Amino acid sequence: MTLAAATDLAAATNENLANLSNTLIYSAMAVYTLAFFAYIAEWTFGSRSKVSRTAAALTTAKDAKDGKKAAAPAVTVKKAGGTAVLERPKVVTRAAAGARDVPDGPGAHGGDEQGDLYGRIAVSLTVLAFLIAFGGVLTRALSVQRAPWGNMYEFNITFSTVAVGVYLALLAMKKNVRWMGLFLVTTVLLDLGLAVTVLYTASDQLVPALHSYWLYIHVSTAIFCGAVFYVGAVGTILYLFKDSYENKLATGGKPGRFATSVLERLPASSSLDKFSYRVNAAVFPLWTFTIIAGAIWAGDAWGRYWGWDPKETWSFITWVAYACYLHARATAGWKGRKAAYIALAAFACWLFNYYGVNIFVSGRHSYAGV
Amino acid sequence: MSTTRDTDVRTGGAGAPDADGEADVARDADGENGMARDAGDLGEAGAQLSTAPREIVVPGSFGGARTPGAVGWLAWAGREAVGWARWFWRQLTSMRVALILLFLLSLGAIPGSLIPQSGTDETKVADFQAQHTTLGPIYEKLGLFHVYSSVWFSAIYILLFISLIGCIVPRTWQFVGQLRGRPPGAPRRLTRLPAYTTWRTEAQPEEVREEALKLLKQRRFRAHAAGDAVAAEKGYLREVGNLAFHMALIVMLIAFAWGQLFKSEGNKLIVEGDGFANTLTQYDDFKSGNLYSTDNLEPFSFTLDDFQGTYEATGPNRGTPRTYQATVDYSEGADGEEKKKTIKVNEPLEIGDSKVYLTAHGYAPVITVRDGKGDVVYRQAVPLLPLDANSTSTGAIKVMDGYRNAKGEREQLGFQAFFLPAYGGEGTAVVSQFPSLLNPVLNLEAYHGDLGVDAGLPQSVYQLEKKNMKEFKDSKGKQLRENLKPGETMQLPGGAGSITFEKGIKEWANFQVTEQPGSGWALAGAFTAIFGLAASLFIQRRRVWVRATTGADGVTVVEMAGLGRSESAKVPEELGALAEHLYDLAPGVPDADATPPDATPPDADAKSEPDADAETPTPEPPAVPAAEGAETK
Ligand code: HEM
Repeated sequence: MTLAAATDLAAATNENLANLSNTLIYSAMAVYTLAFFAYIAEWTFGSRSKVSRTAAALTTAKDAKDGKKAAAPAVTVKKAGGTAVLERPKVVTRAAAGARDVPDGPGAHGGDEQGDLYGRIAVSLTVLAFLIAFGGVLTRALSVQRAPWGNMYEFNITFSTVAVGVYLALLAMKKNVRWMGLFLVTTVLLDLGLAVTVLYTASDQLVPALHSYWLYIHVSTAIFCGAVFYVGAVGTILYLFKDSYENKLATGGKPGRFATSVLERLPASSSLDKFSYRVNAAVFPLWTFTIIAGAIWAGDAWGRYWGWDPKETWSFITWVAYACYLHARATAGWKGRKAAYIALAAFACWLFNYYGVNIFVSGRHSYAGV
Repeated sequence: MSTTRDTDVRTGGAGAPDADGEADVARDADGENGMARDAGDLGEAGAQLSTAPREIVVPGSFGGARTPGAVGWLAWAGREAVGWARWFWRQLTSMRVALILLFLLSLGAIPGSLIPQSGTDETKVADFQAQHTTLGPIYEKLGLFHVYSSVWFSAIYILLFISLIGCIVPRTWQFVGQLRGRPPGAPRRLTRLPAYTTWRTEAQPEEVREEALKLLKQRRFRAHAAGDAVAAEKGYLREVGNLAFHMALIVMLIAFAWGQLFKSEGNKLIVEGDGFANTLTQYDDFKSGNLYSTDNLEPFSFTLDDFQGTYEATGPNRGTPRTYQATVDYSEGADGEEKKKTIKVNEPLEIGDSKVYLTAHGYAPVITVRDGKGDVVYRQAVPLLPLDANSTSTGAIKVMDGYRNAKGEREQLGFQAFFLPAYGGEGTAVVSQFPSLLNPVLNLEAYHGDLGVDAGLPQSVYQLEKKNMKEFKDSKGKQLRENLKPGETMQLPGGAGSITFEKGIKEWANFQVTEQPGSGWALAGAFTAIFGLAASLFIQRRRVWVRATTGADGVTVVEMAGLGRSESAKVPEELGALAEHLYDLAPGVPDADATPPDATPPDADAKSEPDADAETPTPEPPAVPAAEGAETK
């Protein structure tokens, strides 16, 4: 085979892989859309059930305060099952003071069997879409023969795939996160839509500064952290809604029917709050590492490890904002909603670093082509 | 509010209903009072699970009554001053102010990313100032063109770090005290703790306590027997991690500041075959920190042996650089032994504190200029500046002296050069098709006259100042301009001489030599910070108590309770595991009746209510059924 022929063949393979990648991404979007409708069906069927657990819990509590006797708390007595077999001691837990004792909602299906079925279908479809999208990212990487994060198109498809991966991993770990499905898939569809329309880039070159194993370390952790922060932010937003809903009920207000129907089925605000705290706190050390890895790389590539380049600056701002959030949670008077607002602001910083800095601000990182 | 500290922990049981009506009254009057009372109920059990500073509110005016006379006034002023100083210090080192300062730090960093900074791009700052005549001076005054070294930004982070130190020191002492002391004894009512379990056993209370102590120690709790209970605590590494993290931040800041003050950064362009010795005069440009002295320049020298760039030849990434590397012969000290080393983009040459980075590269065609008599007046490799990814390059050739024109007069020559390493051939656009030397072509435009370099004004070596230069004309009267291949010569009209594009095109590389002391410390600090942070966020500090007493009917009652710094599912899980273990050692006996073993049942008519999740074998928090405690905060 002549050299030219080999060259052509290689080019054709890459071309084919790139096309395959695009097809896979579009297919993933189609399946995500199906998953979206399945989640909608879950929520719709779920709205038939009239559980009203939150309201019940909060009104009983109010009644109790008004002088009526509250339902029993949990000073349970371990009872022997019989003479032969004794039951093991059971641990009784109770919420901290000041926290509302609201039970977690049953999830989107609201206890409705059909709703639950649709929910399961939705999760299966999400898994399928995730696998297809993952294939899309992989073939993209193979077609350009490097890591799939050289420009914003690649960033976006990788980011959304990782975010869904995090969600599915949490589900696989039997965490109570199915309630997040609809919100996540909706935004993933938006993200992919943006990627294939506005941000699409056929393929482009990497400058030698990007030829470093730090690229793999720094950028992959950055994308991963972003995806996890995103999952945390969804939890935070839902916490804010659920918290106002609970507040309204607790003060005797009457939330609207739609709000009741939706928020009723979400976990208790305290659970949502804890969920987003754990998620954010868990990745914060990794985010710290990401920034440090970036600094080490900058030290090797540009001769200084920190130079207040816009991208560096915004990573720092994001980091400080999340540190603020963690501090707020340990500071009297800042827990709850205020801390949640800080968490959202911190995520907004991350987003700005991701989109805003690439698009509006020029700096040394601006080779990440739009 | 502010009298409760660490509300998370100390009030673990405040949500519980109370049998005693008087407590209910208290809570109704003020929810926070309820918490404080409950906190008292837990005694010291929940205290100091964290060394976070407490919120202490001190009313203003510290001087108290002023006795008449000057002495009285002085004493009052002294008390007042000390009082306010302490108040200020308390504020500064409180969590709330730390939070606000962190907030300000992130806000303050924003303008620097949106407004051009003189540290990174001087010309952009100049452009901005030229464009915004009103905003420019205001920005200048506010230090917005150098945010990260401005007074106000420095003020924020210095205050933050004073606050940090003021926070760390007492916390460290407090923590050392905790390590030397023992975990606090069991609170009176274990039922009020977030995780609780109990059973009755035939084993003697002393035996149970002994076994519990052994078990807890085995599980690496710090445990001791206190009265009728065993008290244990674990997870001190959390605090260690947290303190290490905050100290590491200080180390990083100092290292960074040190680096800024003592750093230096110089650039030098070197053509293959040429050399460089590390002295100030050899640099093309040089910047340094405020406290840097050029005596600190590391003595070393090197010559650029060879520069190599390889590029993707095919595929969608055709032209993408694969490697850039410069092979140099260097020697340390004034006359050290010569060594070879390859410098790559991400792999600088390190000599002492200095690092030599490869930052740019380009082509340097070798040019020979002859005068009318055929004498060589100029022979040099001329570095040209690349314009695009395919190394289309431009530059100027300036023959400053030694040249005489056809009439024998002194004159200067100038050539505008345009270089394509891979020319596409006749009829294609005048841009290079590929970054390496596939088909090199040098395009030259010739001028003569005065280069304007004698005026002493600084001039770019890549640009020709044509103000006092005249064009050479070709036979058709047009500007003389030719494409040369290596080895070809262009004749200047009228016997003015010639210019030759020699074979053997050289390459040049730009080196940045930096010294940034303190980076080792910064790195060590950074990694300490990460590990400290991970310990601080992933490790739970928690306490466990095991109480074994003889009940009214003579049967031993075991009670176990757990308390964590924050509500975590892990505390009940761990308590469950411990209980299971202890249960094997002190097996349960059936209850005589349904009376809870608690000597004073907290809620008489609630006791027999079965737990909602009673059938679940594993403890699953929160197992508390819908209950009260819905105070709105
Ligand atoms: C340079 C700025 C600072 C950063 C980036 C920072 C960051 C952090 C982080 C990430 C945590 C972990 C939060 C957690 O355990 O949930 C933390 C905890 C803590 N920080 Fe800072 N901090 C800073 C300054 C300060 C200052 C000035 C103080 C003193 C007032 C302080 C006091 C504390 C305390 C007491 C904790 C532990 C809180 C607890 O036990 O939950 N920090 N900090």
